[in-house]
Amino acid sequence: MSTIALHDEHNHDHADHGHHKETLISKYIFSMDHKMIAKQFLITGIIMAVIAMGLSILFRIQLAWPDQNFPFLETFLGKWAEGGRIKPDFYLALVTIHGTIMVFFVLTAGLSGTFSNLLIPLQIGARDMASPFLNMLSYWFFFMACVIMMSSFFIQTGPASGGWTVYPPLSVVAKAMPGSGLGMTLWLISMVLFVASSLMGGINYVSTILNMRTKGMDLWKMPLTIWAFFLTAILGILSFPVLVAGVVLMVFDRSFGTSFYLSDIVMGTDILPNEGGSPILWQHLFWFLGHPEVYIVIMPALGISSEVISVNARKPIFGYHAMVYSLIGITVLSFIVWGHHMFVTGMNPLLGGVFMITTLIIAVPSAVKTFNYLATLWRGNIRFTPAMLFAIGLVSFFISGGLTGIFLGNASLDINLHDTYFVVAHFHLVMGSAAIFGMLAGVYHWFPRMFGKMMNAKLGYLHFWLTFIAAYLVFFPLHFLGLDGVPRRYYAFTEFEFMKKWLTVNVFVTWAAIMAALAQVAFLFNFFYSIFKGKVAPQNPWESNTLEWTAPVEHLHGNWPGEIPTVYRWPYDYSKPGHDADFIPQTVPFSQTMSSNLPHDFEGNAEAEKIQQDWELANPVTENKG
Amino acid sequence: MSLRKFITNKTTAALAVLITAFANTSVFAQDAAAGAAAAPKVDMGEVYKSVIFYILVFLAVCLFIAIIGKALKVYELSREAQGKSVGINWNRVHASLFALFLVIGLYGVYWEYTVHGSMLLPDAASEHGKKIDRMFNLTLIITTIVFVATHILLFGFSYIYKYSAKRKAYYYPHNNTIEKIWTIVPALVLTVLVLMGFLTWRSIFFKVEDPNNKPLQIEVTSEQFKWSIRYPGADGIVGNKNYKLTTASNTLGIDFKDVNSRDDEMADEMVLPVGKPVKLILTSKDVIHSFYMPHFRVQLNTVPGMRTIFEFTPTKTTAEMQQETNDPNFKYLFYCAKICGSGHYNMQKVVRVVSDAEYKSWIAEQKTYLNDDLRKQFNLPVAPAPEKSVADSTAKDTAAVKTNQVALNK
Repeated sequence: MSTIALHDEHNHDHADHGHHKETLISKYIFSMDHKMIAKQFLITGIIMAVIAMGLSILFRIQLAWPDQNFPFLETFLGKWAEGGRIKPDFYLALVTIHGTIMVFFVLTAGLSGTFSNLLIPLQIGARDMASPFLNMLSYWFFFMACVIMMSSFFIQTGPASGGWTVYPPLSVVAKAMPGSGLGMTLWLISMVLFVASSLMGGINYVSTILNMRTKGMDLWKMPLTIWAFFLTAILGILSFPVLVAGVVLMVFDRSFGTSFYLSDIVMGTDILPNEGGSPILWQHLFWFLGHPEVYIVIMPALGISSEVISVNARKPIFGYHAMVYSLIGITVLSFIVWGHHMFVTGMNPLLGGVFMITTLIIAVPSAVKTFNYLATLWRGNIRFTPAMLFAIGLVSFFISGGLTGIFLGNASLDINLHDTYFVVAHFHLVMGSAAIFGMLAGVYHWFPRMFGKMMNAKLGYLHFWLTFIAAYLVFFPLHFLGLDGVPRRYYAFTEFEFMKKWLTVNVFVTWAAIMAALAQVAFLFNFFYSIFKGKVAPQNPWESNTLEWTAPVEHLHGNWPGEIPTVYRWPYDYSKPGHDADFIPQTVPFSQTMSSNLPHDFEGNAEAEKIQQDWELANPVTENKG
Repeated sequence: MSLRKFITNKTTAALAVLITAFANTSVFAQDAAAGAAAAPKVDMGEVYKSVIFYILVFLAVCLFIAIIGKALKVYELSREAQGKSVGINWNRVHASLFALFLVIGLYGVYWEYTVHGSMLLPDAASEHGKKIDRMFNLTLIITTIVFVATHILLFGFSYIYKYSAKRKAYYYPHNNTIEKIWTIVPALVLTVLVLMGFLTWRSIFFKVEDPNNKPLQIEVTSEQFKWSIRYPGADGIVGNKNYKLTTASNTLGIDFKDVNSRDDEMADEMVLPVGKPVKLILTSKDVIHSFYMPHFRVQLNTVPGMRTIFEFTPTKTTAEMQQETNDPNFKYLFYCAKICGSGHYNMQKVVRVVSDAEYKSWIAEQKTYLNDDLRKQFNLPVAPAPEKSVADSTAKDTAAVKTNQVALNK
């Protein structure tokens, strides 16, 4: 707490004088300002997303034209694409690293890291994070993790290639595939650093939200974004250490000859000495993180879309309490559903039945959230800003991908769908596309807050429509491949007679993926161009209620010059009858909005209710306004 | 302050761009060198031309978009100058696009369901598979209804409630009754699905063995990147194995000290008698693979150091299926569904479901794993192969006790 006190004092004294010398390094590189760290997370996340998207285009090209040579691939990839054809080992490396980067570096660090850092202090009214130094470390650990992961492309044996879930023994026995050599070691190191980063971030987010809310900001006045980040951070804190435990055991198995995950293994005729371990143990440890992880990915996106939809529908979010409780429900339940990734892995079938029940229960809070979004749109006054378009896209993906989850969560149906393209289609919609859309909605919405500039709306529209359509064109047909029994992570469909009928679909999907990738150029151009040349943002461009829009456009360390504003009301008073504007910021006291106050607003405070009643008796005319 | 900030901001971003550009070019340079060294004979001229062509096409598209953007801006400015309402009403444009997307999207879904939906696996060829198919169809109907209804609402609301300056949104923060309804209704529907799924799951994995109809034991062992099949021989029991006994001549590590192993037979394809329960004993030598037999709705991972068991009953012969699918080349297959290395994409074997008589004549022709070489290794008398009775897959009751039981299924 001493850090906080120091900062508070510091900014009182010198706020906005530029008194303290900030060098380029302290301001932009080793910055401890949460807004700068958020930008660092965002830009790193975007770069990693572009890389991972590029990898996906590479393997989509292989899937679409398995018999064709692309000499330019050899130019870029050398021996991994001899003769212009991607090799099977490298294909597996591509899907592995694509998955790892997207899940961990883009959708966990890029999404939570960016928006938790940016919005938590600004939306709860704090000068900075509880521990700015830890926050800085969090970014630099993440950055190192990214560098190490990418470095595995520059080693002889190539990156890890056992799938992003790195199931042993494939990932442990170096002889099993080239990627299980040094590449896998780098993967593990990178992952340990990443987990350290996300723990430092998570602890910071939780302590900031619990301890540093401004006056009047009780938990039930927090925007849903903050609730989502809060619960996400708790999820991360509780589940990521389990991954580290698993990873450490794997390091032991790989490098020190232990047998946590290995037993009874014969490579060809070479009998390995390991005895007594179980590969299933890794799966339990991995998915104990892995399943909460998908909620770590989607919950911030849901929080962002709640805020964006409410602001742009000019309507309070429907069922604020239900939204919070469903987030809590998802948080709790997500810890007891990991076994649904393991229905057919040889886990005791009795457990399969239990995990099926918990898994399908988690669909209930998800359904509540969806219906509440729809109810928020109902009779709204919808402004289609780019952020709003992406938020609506998110709801659509969340529905489409969520519904296919009901198939996969059902153990009996999972028998035939497990590890097929149906799974690929499912999670790319519900956690891939939906979370990316949440992230993009957040970028478009809070860009003015981050950079003090506006992004070009029309390019945003173009970006949205191309991406939205292309994402459906890519992922919808893939369900049918899965229903026909086509397994995922197949290098080519050429060896099976029945898969040949899907080749044309693969070509189509690849073109759609290329279209989606090119559409991102519109975003990248818009993003980087607007940082420098965008229109200067007004104070509150979206006419939003939350606190971050009361801070000056020009960033300053400490966020608000002078005192931190006090909060009087919940963040969703949009289009309140009786008020002339269609929004009432959280900082406006009820005494200034006598014409629009509702009995419910006073939360049983008899004195305030009395004042309101007296006022209403004295001013009967304004009643008709509403 | 703002100007300074602006400049420094610009510097950082420029640096970031430079760094990425540098990283890319260095990759390019290094790999280009490697590529050039590897294959000097390829004439890259054509390639570069086609790459440059596509880049030019893309740039032309960008230019076209930029021109449209400028034109729109000019249009909006001129409208503004004339004092008319500002240019294009984008809210209306998006609302209409959402409505259009809904209509075209729903048609697309219908098209997918009918066209791609008709290219799927045929009906299940196993007893439990039929239950799974019923479960699937029920889930499909429910989810399709929800999918269509929610999307109509989502895009419909987007269309109807687009922004208008004349209107104010309806302040409607919550309604407990409605919220209770849409918590309880999904919960009820899911309860039905869970219950049915749970019962189906139990019926698949917790089978009560019928002593008069003992399942045919077949052991399948996976390794990179092939399958080995072991039939039990006359005693109906697949004998023990021990990975430590693996040699070049005994690749599965079969323990021939166990009497039950001595008559075990190898097979190139999996032949199953129709209508008879089959108990698959799945094991793996090296890494995890997944035994996937989609026509029978069978999948279970093969895990080194552990036996997994799946019991099912095929109900349609290959010939019947050929007729049903109208495809004389139709074959049942099993293949690998768990990433296992570079050959993962081609790890398959044919399954043939035949009549009981055909099965008996086929199994009589199969060779045993035990050969003279192995007899010597295991100090067994090198004698002419033991009398080969027509394999009766029905095991003797007492014999079943001897088989290693596994965590699974018991």
